[in-house]
Amino acid sequence: MSRTILPAIRLPWNSLGLVAVLLILVLFFSSQSEYFFSGVTFRTLANQIPTLTVIAVGTTFVLLIAGIDLSVGSVMALCAAVMGVLMTDADWPLFAAIAASLLTGLACGAASGFVSARWAIPSFVVTLGMLEMARGGAYLVTDSQTRYLGAAVGRIGEPLAGLGVSPALLAALAVVALAQFVLVRTVFGRYMIAIGSNEEAARLSGLHTVRWKALVFALAGLLAALGGVFQLGYLQTADPNAGIGLELSAIAAVVIGGTSLSGGRGSVINSFLGVLIIAVMQTGLAQLGISEPGKRIITGAVIVAAVLFDQYREPLARRLSRWRPDAGAEQ
Amino acid sequence: MHTPPSALLATRGLDKQFAAPVLRGVDFTLNRGEIHALMGSNGAGKSTLCNIIAGIHQPSGGSLLLEGGRYQPASIRDAEAAGVRMVMQELNLFPNLSIAENLCFRQLGNRAGIINRHTLRARAREALARLQLDDLDPDLPVAALGVGKQQLVEIARVLAQPVKLLILDEPTAALTDPQIDQLFLQLDALRQSGVGVIYISHRMSEIQRVADRVSVLRDGVLVATETARDLDIDRLVHLMAGPAMVHVPATGATPRPSGAKSRPPPGAVALRLEAFGRRGAFSDINLELHRGEVLGIGGLIGAGRTELLRALFGADSADSGWLRLPADGFSHRHRFRSPRQAIAAGIGLVVEDRKGQGLLLDKSIAMNISLGKLPQLHNGLGVVDDTAITRNCEQLCDTLEVKRDSLAQAVNQLSGGNQQKVLIARWLLQDLDIVLFDEPGRGVDARAKLRIQQLIRELAARGKAVVVVSSETEELLALSDRVIVLSNGRLAGEFDANTVTEEDLLAASFRYYSQGQQGRRPAVETSP
Repeated sequence: MSRTILPAIRLPWNSLGLVAVLLILVLFFSSQSEYFFSGVTFRTLANQIPTLTVIAVGTTFVLLIAGIDLSVGSVMALCAAVMGVLMTDADWPLFAAIAASLLTGLACGAASGFVSARWAIPSFVVTLGMLEMARGGAYLVTDSQTRYLGAAVGRIGEPLAGLGVSPALLAALAVVALAQFVLVRTVFGRYMIAIGSNEEAARLSGLHTVRWKALVFALAGLLAALGGVFQLGYLQTADPNAGIGLELSAIAAVVIGGTSLSGGRGSVINSFLGVLIIAVMQTGLAQLGISEPGKRIITGAVIVAAVLFDQYREPLARRLSRWRPDAGAEQ
Repeated sequence: MHTPPSALLATRGLDKQFAAPVLRGVDFTLNRGEIHALMGSNGAGKSTLCNIIAGIHQPSGGSLLLEGGRYQPASIRDAEAAGVRMVMQELNLFPNLSIAENLCFRQLGNRAGIINRHTLRARAREALARLQLDDLDPDLPVAALGVGKQQLVEIARVLAQPVKLLILDEPTAALTDPQIDQLFLQLDALRQSGVGVIYISHRMSEIQRVADRVSVLRDGVLVATETARDLDIDRLVHLMAGPAMVHVPATGATPRPSGAKSRPPPGAVALRLEAFGRRGAFSDINLELHRGEVLGIGGLIGAGRTELLRALFGADSADSGWLRLPADGFSHRHRFRSPRQAIAAGIGLVVEDRKGQGLLLDKSIAMNISLGKLPQLHNGLGVVDDTAITRNCEQLCDTLEVKRDSLAQAVNQLSGGNQQKVLIARWLLQDLDIVLFDEPGRGVDARAKLRIQQLIRELAARGKAVVVVSSETEELLALSDRVIVLSNGRLAGEFDANTVTEEDLLAASFRYYSQGQQGRRPAVETSP
């Protein structure tokens, strides 16, 4: 039913395309390296992806409303730093520290979103400012020292007995599912699409566009904080230098997933597939013995190729869907 | 047709057809050293004629002669090469470049592309001096000037090139009186040097002051060319309106409650405007809307009609006066600051620019219709009730006869008429008490237009208060019970739609553009 209402949400074959790319990558790396298709590889991946996954979800929403959020990497570092300092210096219990961390992220995102939406300043500029402020904040609360937390947070990232997956991965998957549901089936999701598609039309339909845009950025901040919690669980240290450049990895994953930078079009599931493609590529290329510079050059090329493909897939698909008598004949 | 030796430009049997014919057999002659005013109501074909002469459009039939030779400009560039230049109403300047850079944009630098500021400035001064704009600093960015000065710079830019024929489209709309004097001095100088000027304007006083002859267009036909000195406003309005006729409800296709004369008494007051105004757009509007009544708003394009609707709806806020509503017994003064507030008070607006401000073009019909109603179409937790949306949208699309494959079809695949119906359906779904329509028939095929007109009448019959802005007199009279006319931002008349003549409407439309009764000038001029 929802598909009949919202053709904007990628048809399954678009997701299938990404799944196919993913499978081809896995097959390719498995054939090239005897170590790739192994439990160790998948455990490494399972540990690495939760952070990028939840941040990519927030970035998907922001791109959907034709915004951009450059601050998520710094905000993640700040939130992880807040949590680390509270647990080491103030001896806060884990859940209280997580709550404080999430609130910090929410506040950062809400602040950027409100300033950008209320005074119509491009979110690029506002979040660039937030990127600097949050990074400064992270240095400030940690005194520029890395905090070691140890086993107190370790269980977030360790596999649950019997399940073989960590709470972080489970939570990240839950966030993906919930966010996709919100996008496709809720009023808020429709509003994001409407604002990204034609903000003035949305305003003239009675939407409080400022409020909804601010909410989207607040969510992106909240999800950045959640990513920080996951990373803390994995690395067990709060590093004020963490997450540098993470916003660009998130944008790359979202763009590979086919979300439009000009707004109004996107899918959370596809962003998640984008995250998987990037993670598999990184791990696979490393196992093939390709150097760090080489990895970056290849990843960059893949991003551009993905967007190119996406640009030309759209008109093609439209031509195919119009290739019927009557449809759009009056245009 | 004989062409006098002094003729600079002559058109012969000029035809132009877009969807419908807009010019029909126009024989127009412009002499050397003549200022020739072009007048007519909205859509009479003035702009089309000028666009053809300036090379923007090509005629569908007929021919043009320039200085006795064949003239067939295929582009603006061709026209300019022949010395024909047009100053558009919209400014064509680069706001962040300096006056000098704008004036000399075609030849900014030397052959190597290096700009010499001294020569640039000197050339700019020369061009400015021609319009007595010596006091302008050529290094100033254009954005720092008021709209009036920008308009003069635009004219100076055009005159910096060799010109034989100059077309001015409403050049004085943004100018102050001293600036108009400057412009007219320059026009006089052009006349002395043998340049021919085509001058489009609504302002009778200016035309009498500056023009030699006046040509009047009506429905694409050039109905008269007369000496400006001999023409008065009554005669002019008469020419523009055509043979006097009491309006007969158009085509009989729009079901009016009962014949022509017996209109039902208006219902309760749905909204009252008191001294409502917005700087630079309209002022001092006092008005009542009634339930069960269609109020038409006529006037020339740019008279402030769209601005009035937008202010009523909170899309732009009013800055003087207020509106009163029956919900609080007319005791409170309202001024909406956002469309959200207006909608909450029961007011909806079908915008004029449906592609830019109305529709989500690449989204589905269902999404476009349901957008404003979503707060009531969910399960209480924000999960959209797609079943209810589909039911509602199918029903509305059937009622409005929206031609579609399915509700999932993107609206950019629909024709203009069906797009307009989708936009209207968005407001019907909300079932508001007051619905404002801005040019509902624009870009819509004849059948859809008829259906939309019926629908507007039905809304009124169901007790809604409806307001329609239309530049087509026929549509306006067919739809409305009562018609008001805005002229230069002011209320210039109120008429019963059954008895008013086209001539009455036109006379009112021009009322506040005449001198002595100067209406509110657009207050956009920032520097004196």
